[in-house]
Amino acid sequence: MKAYVLRRLWQSALTLVGVSVLVFVILRVVPGDPAKMLLPDGAPQSAVDELNRQLGLHEPLYVQYGLFLQSVFRGDFGQSFQYRAPALRVVVERLAATVQLALAALLITVGVGVSLGIVAAVRRGTGYDYASTVLAVLGQSLPNFWLGIMLILLFGVALRWLPTSGFESWRHLILPAVTLAAFPMALVARLTRSSMLEILGRDFIRTGRAKGLAERAVILRHALRNAAVPLLTVLGLQIGTLLGGAVITESVFAWPGMGKLVVDAIFFRDFPVVQTVLILSATIFVVINLLVDLLYTVIDPRIRYS
Amino acid sequence: MSAPVAVEAARHAGRLSPPALVGGVLLALVVLASVLAPLLASSDPVKPSFSRRLAPPWGLGGTPAHVLGTDNLGRDILARVLHGGRISLALATVSVLIAALVGILVGLVAGSAGERLDGLLMRAADVQLAFPVIMLAIAIVAVVGTSPGALVSVLALSGWVLYARTVRASVLTIRRLEYVEAAYTLGASDLRIIARHIMPNTIAPILVLGSSQFATMVLLESGLSFLGMGIQAPRPSWGLMLAEGRDYLSNAWWLATIPGVAISLVVLGANLLGDGLRDLLDPRG
Repeated sequence: MKAYVLRRLWQSALTLVGVSVLVFVILRVVPGDPAKMLLPDGAPQSAVDELNRQLGLHEPLYVQYGLFLQSVFRGDFGQSFQYRAPALRVVVERLAATVQLALAALLITVGVGVSLGIVAAVRRGTGYDYASTVLAVLGQSLPNFWLGIMLILLFGVALRWLPTSGFESWRHLILPAVTLAAFPMALVARLTRSSMLEILGRDFIRTGRAKGLAERAVILRHALRNAAVPLLTVLGLQIGTLLGGAVITESVFAWPGMGKLVVDAIFFRDFPVVQTVLILSATIFVVINLLVDLLYTVIDPRIRYS
Repeated sequence: MSAPVAVEAARHAGRLSPPALVGGVLLALVVLASVLAPLLASSDPVKPSFSRRLAPPWGLGGTPAHVLGTDNLGRDILARVLHGGRISLALATVSVLIAALVGILVGLVAGSAGERLDGLLMRAADVQLAFPVIMLAIAIVAVVGTSPGALVSVLALSGWVLYARTVRASVLTIRRLEYVEAAYTLGASDLRIIARHIMPNTIAPILVLGSSQFATMVLLESGLSFLGMGIQAPRPSWGLMLAEGRDYLSNAWWLATIPGVAISLVVLGANLLGDGLRDLLDPRG
């Protein structure tokens, strides 16, 4: 198990190195003249020259990458010229709103998704099963930007029940969170249904019932616990869906998080901010998935990795 | 090799589940309507006509001349949806094909080459997966621009990993099978082993992946266009139409609603078909 932990740590570190290489290539190598791109339009030539020198743009690529990595490790992601502040600080300030939205969506994903999946599996072939399947298929097929707009149309414009944009109270959180949760919730519902069906057919479930366990205990304590391991993996991977979905959801609902920030940054050609958001979100993804894999060994003691 | 695969596919099609058939038909209808766009909608999808702005759909106060109504510039929405479909579907198709081709090649190389190259390629896949696809896509588009070529590359870049992992896994399994080892012993070349034994065994999962990825590509392209980083105005695109319709929610709901229905139908069709294929081709799932 120790070897497994070490291997996963090593892999995650390598992935993060790869992340930095990819960001470096996209934002420093592809544009040809990155100093111009990293400065506001109409910046004086002296500023361009100064940044060229700072970034070492006359040096060979590997030296440039080395300098890039050094500044990333110092937490120096450049100056946002839209906000005239360090890019990292600008992004971190917006991170809280995104985390809030993503956590609310995660809550819906797990709460509704797992419940739908359990009901569908336990009542297999009934109306509940079909309804939950239809909901899951729809959740995976409706584009989230359209779903968001339709929710605004229904609950904001027609019924006037909920606010459709902004960040003032928990009521502002409802529509964006539902929009963001739709896709991962559908996935979780389907996965819960299929793993529950598989587990409910196993011998130990029959044994549990035969010895007189309440059906509730059979399902929640024995079946669901066994279904939890694959679910956890999928949830870890869905962090990417949530961070990516936040880009669109935040734009639809004017939610002041990291996703809206990066879209605005691109229109302002504020590349230091784009670079920071890319590195930060990839790092969050890698770290959370590492934690999920390590959590595995705690949840399921049978898992012995070589 | 292609003839038996086609026969096999036809034999399977008869056994598709009803939802999968519905999905296939749905997808076929939308594709057909988009291909026939110039015949089905006579109006110009791009030219504005300010005298007939924001006409509602036929039956809801509109006229049969504009069955789905007109938009804020007086353009026929049906014509725009059909022509927009041509662009979206063509981009998605080309991207899926390129992603599959690249992914299959990488998978074959990773599965057959030595451990070091394999490790390198799989770490590259991890790096790709670490980025939320849409974020990576908008960063690239911001740097290289929004030409159709750039869009296709961005979409294809987001898709190759799944094929690579699938093909690699089956290469690793199949290589150890006795009949493949026997073929090696008899002097079959790597290429022959790949063509005769490995590819036929990976066709099924690749078809399943391709079908559901087509849905993902349509979603991604329209998402990018919605954010203003995909297809540019005045060209019709589902995502762009949705974004434009957002400003008219209170007085012309159909502007944002109709293109979303089009996207949903395509994605639903491709998802249902993909699920059906998976059930059919992978009895374990």
